[in-house]
Amino acid sequence: MSLVEYSAHELKQLLVSGEITSIELTQALLDQIGTYDDHLGAFLHIDAERALARAADIDHRRQAGKPLGPLAGLPVAVKDVLCDQDGPTTCASRMLQSFRPPYDATVVARLKAADAVLIGRTNMDEFAMGGSTENSAFQVTRNPWDPGRIPGGSSGGAATCVAARMAPLSIGTDTGGSIRQPAGLCGVVGMKPTYGRVSRYGLIAFASSLDQVGPLARTTRDAALLLETIAGHDPHDATSLEVPVPAYSHSLEQPLAGLRLGIVREHFAAGLDPSIEEAIRQAVEVYQSLGATIQEISLPHSKYAVATYYVIAPSEASSNLARYDGVHYGHRTDESQLQAELNARRQQLQAAGDERGLDQLDNGLVRMYRLSRAEGFGPEVKRRIMLGTYALSAGYYDAYYLKALKVRRLIRQDFDAAFGQVDLIASPVTPSVAYRLGEMVDDPLAMYLVDLYTVSANLAGLPSISLPCGFTREWLPIGLQLQAPPLEELRLLRGAHMYEQATDWHKRQPALVRQRHTGV
Amino acid sequence: MPETSTHPYTTVIGLEVHVQLATRSKLFCGCSTQFGAEPNTQTCPVCIGMPGTLPVLNRSAFALALKTAIALNCHIPEFTKWDRKQYYYPDLPKGYQISQYDLPMSVDGFLEISDPLEPYAPLRIGIIRAHLEEDAGKSIHDEVAGRADSEIDLNRTGTPLLEIVSEPDLRSPAASRIFLQELKLLLTYLGVSDCNMQEGSLRVDANVNLHLEANGQRVATPIVEIKNMNSFRAVQRALEYEASRQYRVWQETGQQLGQASKQTRGWDEAAGLTRPQRSKEESSDYRYLPDPDLVPITTSPAQVEQIRQSLGELPSALRARLVREGNLSDYDANVLINQGQELVDYYQAVAAKCNDPKTAANWVTQEVLRELKEREMTIAQIPIPAECLADLIHAIQQGQLPGTRAREVFTLMLNDQITAAEAIGKLGIEQVDESDLVALCQELIDANPKIVADVQGGKQQAIGALIGQAKKKNPNVDPGRVRSICLELAMKS
Ligand SMILES: [Zn+2]
Repeated sequence: MSLVEYSAHELKQLLVSGEITSIELTQALLDQIGTYDDHLGAFLHIDAERALARAADIDHRRQAGKPLGPLAGLPVAVKDVLCDQDGPTTCASRMLQSFRPPYDATVVARLKAADAVLIGRTNMDEFAMGGSTENSAFQVTRNPWDPGRIPGGSSGGAATCVAARMAPLSIGTDTGGSIRQPAGLCGVVGMKPTYGRVSRYGLIAFASSLDQVGPLARTTRDAALLLETIAGHDPHDATSLEVPVPAYSHSLEQPLAGLRLGIVREHFAAGLDPSIEEAIRQAVEVYQSLGATIQEISLPHSKYAVATYYVIAPSEASSNLARYDGVHYGHRTDESQLQAELNARRQQLQAAGDERGLDQLDNGLVRMYRLSRAEGFGPEVKRRIMLGTYALSAGYYDAYYLKALKVRRLIRQDFDAAFGQVDLIASPVTPSVAYRLGEMVDDPLAMYLVDLYTVSANLAGLPSISLPCGFTREWLPIGLQLQAPPLEELRLLRGAHMYEQATDWHKRQPALVRQRHTGV
Repeated sequence: MPETSTHPYTTVIGLEVHVQLATRSKLFCGCSTQFGAEPNTQTCPVCIGMPGTLPVLNRSAFALALKTAIALNCHIPEFTKWDRKQYYYPDLPKGYQISQYDLPMSVDGFLEISDPLEPYAPLRIGIIRAHLEEDAGKSIHDEVAGRADSEIDLNRTGTPLLEIVSEPDLRSPAASRIFLQELKLLLTYLGVSDCNMQEGSLRVDANVNLHLEANGQRVATPIVEIKNMNSFRAVQRALEYEASRQYRVWQETGQQLGQASKQTRGWDEAAGLTRPQRSKEESSDYRYLPDPDLVPITTSPAQVEQIRQSLGELPSALRARLVREGNLSDYDANVLINQGQELVDYYQAVAAKCNDPKTAANWVTQEVLRELKEREMTIAQIPIPAECLADLIHAIQQGQLPGTRAREVFTLMLNDQITAAEAIGKLGIEQVDESDLVALCQELIDANPKIVADVQGGKQQAIGALIGQAKKKNPNVDPGRVRSICLELAMKS
């Protein structure tokens, strides 16, 4: 078996026992990336030299018997939205193409402190806005199970690199499903922790009240290992929770005795792909066979979740992205050209004696803002900035933003009530499997509706996990979503682990990489 | 409708004061707030709005704001939150300013001032709200040698500001100035700000219009906001100018409130007039949004009460007590208080030791203040401790020192840094024995029969010449005593 196929947990044991070195492992993954990533496009930047040097350093320290961090020598890929002072952080946007942060995000700093080897930066939808990674300004990322299809998004690169065995662990971010949805579509485990469980410091904000950083991996154990490394209170993030972090990976194996699993009545409605519905029902049966009782519950406001999300997230985004104005951050338009155009226009208006036109002519500063933003942002980002700006405008605020906040509270109350009756809630991750590249580009509304099952956890701040639970006839992965009450990550992971132990979906490999390895 | 006749009008003024709080670090990061550093040296990823950074509240800034709001008699709601005020400007790196919108940290207070029309009658000026916000940076427009470059200094970005908004309760430019002086006094006593207007620690904007009566109807002129006033005097002048300008415009156009949008005008100190300003903030929609990066703050009534107890004596209470206990005039009490807590402490020490508050106040407000001014000293630097000044006053009270020579003694005490007794000794001042004084007067009467005759003839002022001679013979004599003894002897002889 090639090194790239092992789980992070297994690799950790091999590293600790000295059977393999971090250099060997890092090189094997770099080779895998070299083989597949030109085609799959999961990574935006790879700094092989830095990664190998880092691996060598850790190997050296291990040989010298020095104390090492919990992820010592394990390669981790990071979504290109978390600041790392060792390289660019672009958010897959032209706007930040040349941005090099002078500081590390807390998550990045914790990974470095845990002696992880940061192997590369993964592709995403621009500023994490989207569900297909097609909104990246730089490249397409392909689903390893069918390279003609999307990997999901916005953490599409993060899911692809794990599914294609290019990294055992990767870090994503989830604002409305951006970890769980690509994990589901790529057949890997992805988890969004409780809001505030992981620091957002250094995460380039999309929607601050919804954004969370979380792990992607091939097993729940690996996800637990990565989560316990990055979670915990951070004095740099006022919204991070001051609650101790349990050792998730240690107590994972205890099954949940007497588990009460909730199924949401509203989830099984028209629009859900029958093969997904079937896979979810079978997954529920697996739980039943493991001793769980199944209970149907109602989340009456869940039907408003997508609408609520698409008011709150763009509103916050319109504010968070205001700083990319070409003055301090981000792409700035060509100023000499701007001035020349402005002068030409002014002369034209003067010659025509158009006083009103002259009066309405932008000054240089306003024009610079306008052109810099027009050139720097892609269409989806612009769409959301416009939506949010509109929702926050005088006269509309109460009807949109304030109303959305009220519905958001009702959605949370639905969950509070539901978790009085059940321990975990099971549902699909997405209503359909990965669609073909380009298929939905012209239908943003349809694309938004794909977030149906995932956005509620962000609105309510709950932890939620996506894990492989089957395939369609075309061998496209299907994800099972579990949700738990706030801060019950351990319950979530134990529940997921129970299922994982009883099934082998997580062991399947995409044909693309499988054929290659069996051939060796 | 143009007007030609004259109408009495009332000037209605509300002030918006931005006070920089005297914290060591900024409102949402650890950078220094020191004034005058090299541009962009007091910055970090947080205050320059670097992508990915998050604000974390500086609790000490909130504590200072709370203290001020309580001293301004404000109600402190249990719950307050932060909002983003959004606009584009090059000195605002995040594209929004963190401020407080609909749930400010304090509301509904007042500041008591002395009515300038009826001196020292207390007048309550309402405070609508006081809220905390972060300051923006500074744009530096460099147009030297035909360059049109603008440069940005972000040292000031994120400095804590308390915005205090008054009700439109002020009725004259003079009252506005007094309000600002009283506010500055309060802030200085609280130690929450250095109130340095030159360095921008205290900034004032004024909203002003006129209320007048025309054809039996009360009308108001459109409200104008005045900016760019760099001293309290400038505020008064600008408001005076603006009131007469508005009156003139109203006479010309008859334009009333509601018939024109609110205008922003800048005060031109050199020209002594206000000019229309194209404000960067004019008529914009700030799209306020609760800041999702910060958590709301709760303050319990018990915490508010605890802070209220710890405030100590505030200037208005102190002023009232000095008048009541020391029997001082309002004027003297004000002179003392306006100099700050240290001078008041000094005065109180002198008054307590000599047990004569009135005389102590005279000495402190006259001799001490004059010397401080001449010598460019602060009260902390004065080489005469309060007890030494009290000894000086005591010596006068005991008749050991003629009042006429007291100032001489005071000056010597200052110059030589010695006690009152030492100075009196050094100047050879001795108490003149009553019998010696009578003998001296008799001698003068005997030697000046012409003066005696004049006095007897009704010209009492002739006695003045004898007082001069007596002082020459003995500088320690009390001129008043010499006068009365000589008069008595002259009439008897
Ligand atoms: Zn700073």
